[in-house]
Amino acid sequence: MALRTLLTRKTLTAAPLGVRCLQTVSLPDLPYDYGDLEPAISAEIMQLHHHKHHQTYITNYNKALEQLDGAIAKGDASTVVKLQSAIKFNGGGHVNHSIFWKNLAPVRQGGGEPPKGSLGWAVDNHFDSLEALIQKMNAEGAALQGSGWVWLGLDKEFKRLVVETTPNQDPLVTKGPNLVPLLGIDVWEHAYYLQYKNVRPDYLKNIWKVINWKYASEVYDRECL
Amino acid sequence: MAASAAAAIASPSGCGLFSTQGFSGSTRSLLWRKTEKRNVRKAVKGVIKAKIELSPPPYSLDGLEPHMSRETFEYHWGKHHRAYVDNLNKQIVGTELDTKTLEEIILATYNNGDLLPPFNNAAQVWNHDFFWESMKPGGGGKPSGELLELINRDFGSFEAFVSAFKAAAATQFGSGWAWLVYTTNKLNVGNAVNPRPSDEDKKLIVVKSPNAINPLVWDHSPLLTIDVWEHAYYLDFQNRRPDYISTFMEKLVSWDAVSSRLEAAKARALE
Repeated sequence: MALRTLLTRKTLTAAPLGVRCLQTVSLPDLPYDYGDLEPAISAEIMQLHHHKHHQTYITNYNKALEQLDGAIAKGDASTVVKLQSAIKFNGGGHVNHSIFWKNLAPVRQGGGEPPKGSLGWAVDNHFDSLEALIQKMNAEGAALQGSGWVWLGLDKEFKRLVVETTPNQDPLVTKGPNLVPLLGIDVWEHAYYLQYKNVRPDYLKNIWKVINWKYASEVYDRECL
Repeated sequence: MAASAAAAIASPSGCGLFSTQGFSGSTRSLLWRKTEKRNVRKAVKGVIKAKIELSPPPYSLDGLEPHMSRETFEYHWGKHHRAYVDNLNKQIVGTELDTKTLEEIILATYNNGDLLPPFNNAAQVWNHDFFWESMKPGGGGKPSGELLELINRDFGSFEAFVSAFKAAAATQFGSGWAWLVYTTNKLNVGNAVNPRPSDEDKKLIVVKSPNAINPLVWDHSPLLTIDVWEHAYYLDFQNRRPDYISTFMEKLVSWDAVSSRLEAAKARALE
């Protein structure tokens, strides 16, 4: 059931500072097989999405990190600044997709089951009902121009649930430093095009059948302690 | 797919659907096609309304096979482009934008970067028209004549231009477009106006733009574009955007179209 992990670890040495260890990132395993989310999300999409798209973000993030490391060591401020967008794009892509895989689960593992406990209560309290929340997220996800994500987040400061969108691979925290992602739905075309083509609303309607509310509840409970 | 009936449609054999008439004489007009084809004026009880039309590509939907599939066109033109047209018309009907040309709508709704709702649809309608016309069956190869001379002058070599164009297309993060443009605007930052234009400013540059933005809003004259929204290449190439870009350059680019546009751009620059 476990899928292969691609591990990369590198050790870099910077001369004036002795031995340094640059912690790069690696592709996380999916806790289910590529085909386990069908028919909501096809195996073909899951494989490309995880093995190609997410892996590419990781590869490019690690590369940018190495370059950043070198630029910092040399005191090359101009290069440090130049690398920021590559780090944001690719690092954000890695962060967001790592959350996304945990946001999904096969039906037999609880995918699609509505939230219970404190998160279930909070959803009803803030949005009137789960259906209303879903409708709101789907509307915002469908209206997003270009590429991005639609999020259910927790505002830690005000102890309040929020629905937000972010463009491209911007993580939720770019919309507010106190925002913790509970659920993210990828609305980049690569997330649905092979199966749903231009009909993003159908993808949004169907993905809820494999949304892993258990994970969202765990994060919510942990943050609300 | 039924093409829009109102516009005069050339046969899909590829013989010049688009005209090279550049401008109608107004100083800010950036027309690439006859206005009449883009806006069908319907008199309804004395009220004149403009309706933006969905024009078909100047070749059949399978005309660019195997490099760009018929299936891609059925969705890209038949669904995406059509939706931009339909949604734009819904947004502008009964408003002051209703009587404007597509280019006028784009500039008005760009609103100096504070985009008004019709902008995305208007710009995407224009971008896709421009994109279909940037390609042709049996395309690719090299430009010639004055276009090639200018490319050599401004990029060093054709290969250097190709490299720059491919890099822009590959590094436009998220959705967007890469462009070859002719500019008289020395200030190559978005929204800057050149206070002292000179002949030395006139040149070719490569730019890239996110989502629906196009270089018209930066006062450039677009000559060539490639769509790098994922929907443009995902059915044929999946995640392999660099392969799509290479195929576009090697097999699809219509240098005839680019040359015609250059002529129009230079004529406009003389105004």
